[in-house]
Amino acid sequence: MSSSVETPVFIQTKSHEALPPPNLARGPIAWMRENLFPSIPNTILTLVVFYLLYVAIPPLVKFLFIDAVWTGTDRDACRAETAGHPVGACWAFVWDKINYFIYGSYPITERWRVDVWFVLLAIGVVWLLWLKAPRRDVGAVYFFIVFPVLSFILLLGSDWVGLDHVPTGLWGGILVTLIVATVGIVFSLPFGILLALGRRSRLPIIRMASVIFIEFVRGVPLITVLIMANTMLPLFLPGDITIDRLARPLVGVALFASAYMAEVVRGGLQAMPKGQYEGAMSLGLKYWQMMVFIILPQALRIVIPGIVNTFIGLFKDTSLVAIVGIFDLVKTIEASRIDPSWSAPTIGYTGYAFAAFFYFIFCWGMSRYSLGVERRLAAGQNR
Amino acid sequence: MQTTVSQEAPKGSILYDPKVRGIFYQVVLVAIVAFIIYEAVTNAAENLQRAKIASGFGFLNNTAGFDINQALINFSAAGSTYGDAFIVGLLNTLLVSAFGIVFATILGFIVGIARLSKNWIVSKVAMVYVETIRNIPLLLQLLFWYHAVLAPLPQPRDSINVGNSFFLNARGLFMPKPLFAGDAWVIWVALAVGVVATILFRRWAWKQQAATGKLYPINWISLGFVVGLPVLMWILLALFGANPISFDVPVKGTFNLRGGMTVYPEFVALLLGLVTYTAAFIGEVVRAGILAVSKGQTEASSALGLTSAQNLRLVVIPQAMRVIIPPLTSQYLNITKNSSLAVAIGYPDLVQVFMGTVLNQTGQAIEVVVITMAVYLTISLVTSFVMNIYNRRVAIVER
Repeated sequence: MSSSVETPVFIQTKSHEALPPPNLARGPIAWMRENLFPSIPNTILTLVVFYLLYVAIPPLVKFLFIDAVWTGTDRDACRAETAGHPVGACWAFVWDKINYFIYGSYPITERWRVDVWFVLLAIGVVWLLWLKAPRRDVGAVYFFIVFPVLSFILLLGSDWVGLDHVPTGLWGGILVTLIVATVGIVFSLPFGILLALGRRSRLPIIRMASVIFIEFVRGVPLITVLIMANTMLPLFLPGDITIDRLARPLVGVALFASAYMAEVVRGGLQAMPKGQYEGAMSLGLKYWQMMVFIILPQALRIVIPGIVNTFIGLFKDTSLVAIVGIFDLVKTIEASRIDPSWSAPTIGYTGYAFAAFFYFIFCWGMSRYSLGVERRLAAGQNR
Repeated sequence: MQTTVSQEAPKGSILYDPKVRGIFYQVVLVAIVAFIIYEAVTNAAENLQRAKIASGFGFLNNTAGFDINQALINFSAAGSTYGDAFIVGLLNTLLVSAFGIVFATILGFIVGIARLSKNWIVSKVAMVYVETIRNIPLLLQLLFWYHAVLAPLPQPRDSINVGNSFFLNARGLFMPKPLFAGDAWVIWVALAVGVVATILFRRWAWKQQAATGKLYPINWISLGFVVGLPVLMWILLALFGANPISFDVPVKGTFNLRGGMTVYPEFVALLLGLVTYTAAFIGEVVRAGILAVSKGQTEASSALGLTSAQNLRLVVIPQAMRVIIPPLTSQYLNITKNSSLAVAIGYPDLVQVFMGTVLNQTGQAIEVVVITMAVYLTISLVTSFVMNIYNRRVAIVER
């Protein structure tokens, strides 16, 4: 072995000058120098970003607030030539149509039923999601069993409680959006748990059936599932049974959400240490006792953030039912957008901005919640 | 002392034997599934017969009778079949997905890196972008892009005209279409040679750098091979009087433009929507991946004198890729699946053409749904398979 080693090119031969001592100055100027203008490329980047913000933000604010029309009864208020000033967002349009956006064509005299339903829904959601709420097990029974039955009677109407029948064709707007989302979560959680258990089962046929279902549904777009539910469900049922127009996409959404929920729950099941299973078995618990009393309470707890994230996705995906002709929020906006009595150049943008705001508030709120739970669950590891 | 252990299980009721129970449960499941399938098939057969709808895949050979504006193969209402319509839709889906994947990856990496930037305003802007985009349904964003892209554009007669060869109006962007003459193969060969030469040169340069530390301007030389060589051949051919590539320039007619090639506004809106939406998710994936690389790696690389760009490119991202690839794969699949939202804005993708128009015209729901779903499943499986191979290559080698 030769001892003379050729000096590789990449070794520095002379030492660099020492760096200046770190700047310990405090105050806004020092902060800006450190965080906005630390070097020449960074300064250029900062200036470019500031320029882009300058280009984008003022017109947006101008459109949404300064030039916006807040009051008015028809299109004249929102047309520049009749209003006499440049017109931005036409909030008067949203205000005029707000009942349609919330209830769809639900009969005006019966709309209190929808309001009651919103309250019932809110009670169920808060009861389940607020981790310190009392008797959350009762809350689960309420949300997954009592609430669906109540909703059905309340919204559809029933003779023996004296509520008029309201056909689902009249439902619309935010009501339908929330119904689709609620049906998704109410069905997908139990089904998802069953599928996840099935996927981890030792019984080969049950495992295979679960895997095929989950992978099949996750491999196709929701819109194809919805179209399938829309066109094929009526074919598969006996000729004398007709399935409600609204119920078809609900079936599709429920199946679709179950497959995604199953994967989230499976993650929780896999994260359980084996000792938990062994401990449960050594106590002589049967399979279902072990799952219900030992494994699932812990597994579901650690996947709450995952469940909420899946639910955010589901909530956004509910807008797809508009494509198969269900009057959810997006569809009601699309329908109002072309209403001749409100035909003005900015109506479309206004409608979309309203819907975007609605979805953003819900989804952002849920994601904050899931972050909070995540932090709480991680608190044990932070010590 | 010896005790004989009985090999037989203690006698209990056969009802409590887990094996028997397992078989019982599975038989029940099979019976339920079989019953559902049997019911569905018999009902479907009966319903189809009553509605006088044909069954079988013969309809694929029937004349389509409708037109599709963006078709990558020759398609006409009179001369093409439903099978051709299927291929047109499939190609359009693949086209928008492929473009979407490329641009969303680029934008997503920029967003992810920007969110981790030490530059306060850059990271905040990236954060606001991600939070806004992720919390609004894609469908709404597509509708917005479609009307925002389409609405302000002028009518065909007032097209925005750039150099009499590019025209922009509400019906799309009209561009010159290159036509390749017989001797254009020389250019294709030059391109292929350039690509091969680039790959070989890169390998050689890496080996040289590993052995001696000498750096070559790899990117410039690659560019020279891939772009320079075909252009050089083109110029040479032109000098010898041949005309390998000519352009079909769109001509302004009374109502619309003729000739050339067109980028349709539906395509642009769908692509914009998919790219901006998915980039927000990819940005989060990239951010998580970069954060997963331990800080010691960055410190070590700056101790070795790498600049922060080199650190990112040579040290952090190659390691972050291991964490990034699996969720990135599912984002790619999401782009492909989400491209089906094209149906909302009228871009002729697989769902719009096949599950929309063809399904409505033929009424053969089962066949159409089965074919469409099979296509998406195949795409999903193939993508996962390819990405798994890549993932195995970059996965950490445990020693």
